Amino acid sequence: MPTFVYMTRCDGCGHCVDICPSDIMHIDKTLRRAYNIEPNMCWECYSCVKACPHHAIDVRGYADFAPLGHSVRVHRDEEKGTIAWRIKFRNGKKDMELLAPITTKPWGTGYPNLAEEPAPSQEMRDGELLFNEPKYVRMDDGGLPTLESNGLKLKAGVAY
Amino acid sequence: MAYETIIEDEIDILVAGAGLGGTGAAFEARYWGQDKKIVVAEKANIMRSGAVAQGLYAINCYMGTRFGENNPEDHVRYARIDLMGMVREDLAFDMARHVDSTVHQFEDWGLPIMRDEKKGNYLREGRWQIMIHGESYKPIVAEAAKKSADKVFNRICVTHLLMDESKENRVAGAVGFNVRTGNYHVFKSKTVICGAGGASNIFKPRSVGEGAGRVWYAPWSSGSAYGLMIEAGAKMTQMENRIVLARFKDGYGPVGAYFLHLKTYTQNAYGEEYESKWFPELQKMVGKEYLDPEVSHRTHRPIPTCLRNHALINEVNAGRGPIHMVTMEAFQDPHLEEIGWHNFLGMTVGQAVLWAATDVDPKYENPELTTSEPYVMGSHATGCGAWCSGPEDVSPDEYFWGYNRMTTIEGLFGAGDAVGGTPHAFSSGSFTEGRLAAKAACKYIDDGKAEGIRVTDDQINRRKEEIYKPLETYKVYSNEVVAGTVNPNFINPRQGLDRLQKMMDEYCGGFGVNYMTNDKLLNIGLKKMAIFGEDLENVAASDIHELLRAWELKHRYLASESVFHHTLFRKETRWPGYYYRGDALHLDDENWHVLTVSRRDPKTGDYTMEKAPLYHLVGDEEG
Repeated sequence: MPTFVYMTRCDGCGHCVDICPSDIMHIDKTLRRAYNIEPNMCWECYSCVKACPHHAIDVRGYADFAPLGHSVRVHRDEEKGTIAWRIKFRNGKKDMELLAPITTKPWGTGYPNLAEEPAPSQEMRDGELLFNEPKYVRMDDGGLPTLESNGLKLKAGVAY
Repeated sequence: MAYETIIEDEIDILVAGAGLGGTGAAFEARYWGQDKKIVVAEKANIMRSGAVAQGLYAINCYMGTRFGENNPEDHVRYARIDLMGMVREDLAFDMARHVDSTVHQFEDWGLPIMRDEKKGNYLREGRWQIMIHGESYKPIVAEAAKKSADKVFNRICVTHLLMDESKENRVAGAVGFNVRTGNYHVFKSKTVICGAGGASNIFKPRSVGEGAGRVWYAPWSSGSAYGLMIEAGAKMTQMENRIVLARFKDGYGPVGAYFLHLKTYTQNAYGEEYESKWFPELQKMVGKEYLDPEVSHRTHRPIPTCLRNHALINEVNAGRGPIHMVTMEAFQDPHLEEIGWHNFLGMTVGQAVLWAATDVDPKYENPELTTSEPYVMGSHATGCGAWCSGPEDVSPDEYFWGYNRMTTIEGLFGAGDAVGGTPHAFSSGSFTEGRLAAKAACKYIDDGKAEGIRVTDDQINRRKEEIYKPLETYKVYSNEVVAGTVNPNFINPRQGLDRLQKMMDEYCGGFGVNYMTNDKLLNIGLKKMAIFGEDLENVAASDIHELLRAWELKHRYLASESVFHHTLFRKETRWPGYYYRGDALHLDDENWHVLTVSRRDPKTGDYTMEKAPLYHLVGDEEG
C-alpha cells in the first residue's frame, strides 16, 4: 500500500521527508507539499504516516493486488506512549480499533551515560564481558557462560 | 560538479549502517572507548532505519537463562538443526551467551516486553521468542546509539570503504554521499564496523508493478553489507544460503506468532494435512540424520524451515494449492484474534491493509500462504555474510585471528547481516553482535593496530569521480534522444534492477523456476552477470535520488555475483526448500559438510573459492 498525501492537509513541513527509510517522500517544488516519488520502493512501513503532524498521509493498497475501499489509520502519541489503530474493511463489515503501548518510560529516559560510567579495568578489556555484564546476563551473580562452565567443546567433523 | 567535499577526520570507530547491528556497536563503543571518537553514517534516518524501522512484535532470540529456560548451547543446536548443520557455532554460542544482557537493557530503556503474569517470566511466543509491543523498538534503541556517538550523519549513502595505503588489506574509513544535498562525505577512521543490511530485491519478487516494494525484507536493505565488504576484498561465507519464507500471500505478514502462540496450522486447498506425505522422499534426499519425523515428534526436535518449505512447494506443484493457514479456530477467541491483528500492526502493517482491502477476516476465512522469492541475508533463518573471527575463549584456530567479529580485512568488523554463519540472531542478536564488534574494535585500536594509516588525496578523488559518474553519464547522453527512458548509451537504475532480478530468478533458483538451478544455468548466469557488470559502468542517474538507487544497485550486483559463485561451488542440495541443484539433488555430507568461503580480488574481480572446516559444539563427554 504505497503512501499518498492529501492536498488540503499537507503544509509541506517535511517531517515525512525527514523520516522515510526509503527516501521516497519528497516535496513537490511547485506545490510545496510532500508526495511519494517512488511507490514501488514503498514498504508500507507507515513511518511517514506516523510522523505527519496533520494526518495528511494515508495509504492505498498496492494496485497490483489490493482492491480499493479499505482504510488503516494510525495515531502515534509519544507523550502518552501509545499507538492507536483503526482498520476498516472494504465491505464495511469489520471496523476495529486497537491500542498498544509503545514505551514504558518517558521518552528518552532510562539510558545510562556510558562516557561517565567507571572505566572498565584492563582485565575486563582482555576478557569476554560486555557493559553491564555479568550482572545483566542473568540479573543475578552468575557469570558469563563459557565452554568450560557449560561442559562443552568444539569438535571438527560431522554432527547433527 | 558543485558538490562539496566534507571530511570527517580522526574517527576511531565508524559505524557504517545503523540498523540493529550498527546501533548496538555505536552504543557499546562508548563504554570501551570513553574518549574515542565514534561516528555513525546512516543511509536513512537512524530513528527509522534498517529492517526494524517498522517495528517488531517479537524478539526472536532470547535465552531466558535467568528464568531457567535455555542455555546458549541449546540455541546453537537449534540453529544447527535448522540450517542443516551449516553454522559458525563459535559465533553462535558467543552471541547466545550475551544476548540476554542486551534484551534486559532494552527493557531498562522502555521497550515494552510482555510478561507472563503467573510465572513472572517474559511471555513466550515460542521456545526462543518473547513477545513485545515493539512499534517503537527502533527509535528506542537508536536513542541509545545517539547518546553514545559523537556524531550521527543521517542520509549518507556509504558507497565504498577507504583502504590504508601504507599497509595492505587494512581499512581506513569509508566514503559516500548525502542523498539530499549531494555532498561528498569522507570518513577517515581507524576502524569500521559494517552494520549495513542484507539484500532484498535481488531475486525477482512475486509482486509486480506498484507492489514491487512489498517484499519480505525491507526494500532499502540493498545488500550494502556485502557490496561494501566484497568490493574491498573481504572473505565471505555461506552466500549460497539464501532464504525463502513461507508467509501470508502478497502481504508477507509474519507467521511466527500464528504458528507458535495462536497455535494455527497449515493445510492444503482440500483441508488435508500435507507435510508428512512429502517427508519419506525428502528423507532419501537429505538423510535420516537431518529429517526423522518420528524422532522429531518424540523429542520436539524441530523440522528445519527449508524442509517444511519443500513440502509446501511440492504440495502446490502437485495441484493441491493454495496452502491455507487455519486461523478460523484460534480467532474465535477474541483475545487471540486481537493478538493476531496487533502482530501485523506492530511489524507488517501492509498485511492488515491487504486483508482489509480483500475482506479477508481470518475469523471466518483461512488466509492463503505462499513461499516468497529468495533473500540473501545473515540474521534470520540463514547465515550469509563475511568470514569473521570469533571470540578468543571459544574459537578454534581456523576461526580466530585476534579480534572478535573482525573480517579478513584488518580493522573492518561486522554486525548483524554483515557477519556470516550466524543465523537466528534476529534483532537482539544483531544488536549483541554490534556490541561485541565495538568492544573488539576498541581493543584493536588500544593494541596499536591502527597506527600509521595513510589515505592519499588520490584515493579520495578517485572515489569521488566514481561515485558521481552516473550523474555525469546522464548529463552527457540524455539529450541525445528526444525524451523518454530509452537510450543507447545507458540504463537507469530501475532497468538495471529489473535485469538483475530476472537473471537471479531464472539462473540462480528464484521462485519463477521453483527454486531450481544447476551448473549449466549458473555458468550461463555468471556470463550474463559479467556483461551486466560492464553495463553498470554505464548506469545513469538523473538526480541525487537516482544516484542513491544506482549505488544500491551496484551493491546488490556484487552481492548477487557472490551468490552465483557460492551456489556453483557447493555441488549438492543442502537446503531443499531454499534452492535445489538439479545436477546434485542430494545432501552430500561426505564432500560438503563444510562452510564455503570466497574472496573476490579487488584488482581483477576474480573469485577464489575454498572450503572451511565445520566445528560443532558438543558435550565434553561426547567424542
